[in-house]
Amino acid sequence: MIGVRLYLAQRLSALILAPLVAGHLAVIFYAVQGGLDGAEILSRTQGSVGFALFYGLFVIAVSVHGAIGLRVVVHEHLKLAGRTLDGFTLATGAVLLGLGLRACVAVVG
Amino acid sequence: MSQAKEADLHVWRGDGNGGGLVRYAVPLRDSQTVLDAVTWIQRRLEPGLSFRFACRVGMCGTCAMTVNGKPRWTCRTRLKDVVENGRVVIAPLENLPVIKDLACDFSSFFGKWGKAGGRFAATATRLDAVAAIRPDSRRRRLADAGIECINCGVCYSACDVVRWNPAYLGPAALNRSWTLVNDERDGGREKRLRAVAGAGGCHNCHSHQGCATLCPNELNPTLSIAGLKRATALAVLKGEM
Ligand code: SF4
Ligand code: SF4
Ligand code: FES
Repeated sequence: MIGVRLYLAQRLSALILAPLVAGHLAVIFYAVQGGLDGAEILSRTQGSVGFALFYGLFVIAVSVHGAIGLRVVVHEHLKLAGRTLDGFTLATGAVLLGLGLRACVAVVG
Repeated sequence: MSQAKEADLHVWRGDGNGGGLVRYAVPLRDSQTVLDAVTWIQRRLEPGLSFRFACRVGMCGTCAMTVNGKPRWTCRTRLKDVVENGRVVIAPLENLPVIKDLACDFSSFFGKWGKAGGRFAATATRLDAVAAIRPDSRRRRLADAGIECINCGVCYSACDVVRWNPAYLGPAALNRSWTLVNDERDGGREKRLRAVAGAGGCHNCHSHQGCATLCPNELNPTLSIAGLKRATALAVLKGEM
């Protein structure tokens, strides 16, 4: 149950996510290949504006994208509709954003 | 004509309150269609069997039924081609309320054509000169690609999103809408784009092409819907909507 605006939000967030996911995979690859442990990773990420922006944007895009995607699934399969559906979408987005930003702060802060 | 063998037709019988399959033995003949076989049952075995048809040649779009789980025009489906181990299952179309036996109520289907802006909005009268539209112009070609729809409901019956989301306008109505968006004589573009951009509109299509695979006219509603998604998204980005 989506109209053109949610559709656009989902496509734009996907557009943003595609390169960010590639970047994220590259970071993981680098960390694993380099055999970095937790402390070494944190020493590189803490206080880094680049990491903060990268993962901040990542988390926002994931929250928008995931919330709209799940909205469609629960409408079609669990028959949630109307206000309940809107509430579900907002809550999902908020939870994803909250969890993601918390992780960002932990890694960068 | 050989009359050597019979096929078991398992025909759904019932109404809006429910029903089930009933077996009828029908003689197999050359060039016999599923519609011929159903008609044979009605004439010889079960006068009360209800179904719809008119042209018998794939033009009117009224004879669609679910044959072995797939929606098809029964007048253009040879019985021999669908008999599996001596049996065929014939049921009403999906996603439409059953009136009786194989006849469905198409009110919601056509209601959605209206909701999707399926009505041509004339910009000229019969007193004006005939509009000159180049056959090779881009919009004419786009309209051409979808214009042969005969409203049979096969694609609508095949669409999972219609099943899951009853407000979804469906492939046929949206395909119609797209042909009108590309009709240079039409004056209803803005209203129509708004109509297909709402909660039950084109953006709910999952693009999985069940409609395009099964349309007996080989139309591609998925492509038309993609066109509508693009047109409405552009209209929003340009601030027109
Ligand atoms: S698009 Fe094809 S399947 Fe759908 S109603 Fe039209 S002719 Fe039938
Ligand atoms: S492509 Fe879209 S309209 Fe066609 S069957 Fe799939 S969801 Fe339905
Ligand atoms: S009876 Fe007209 S299309 Fe089959």
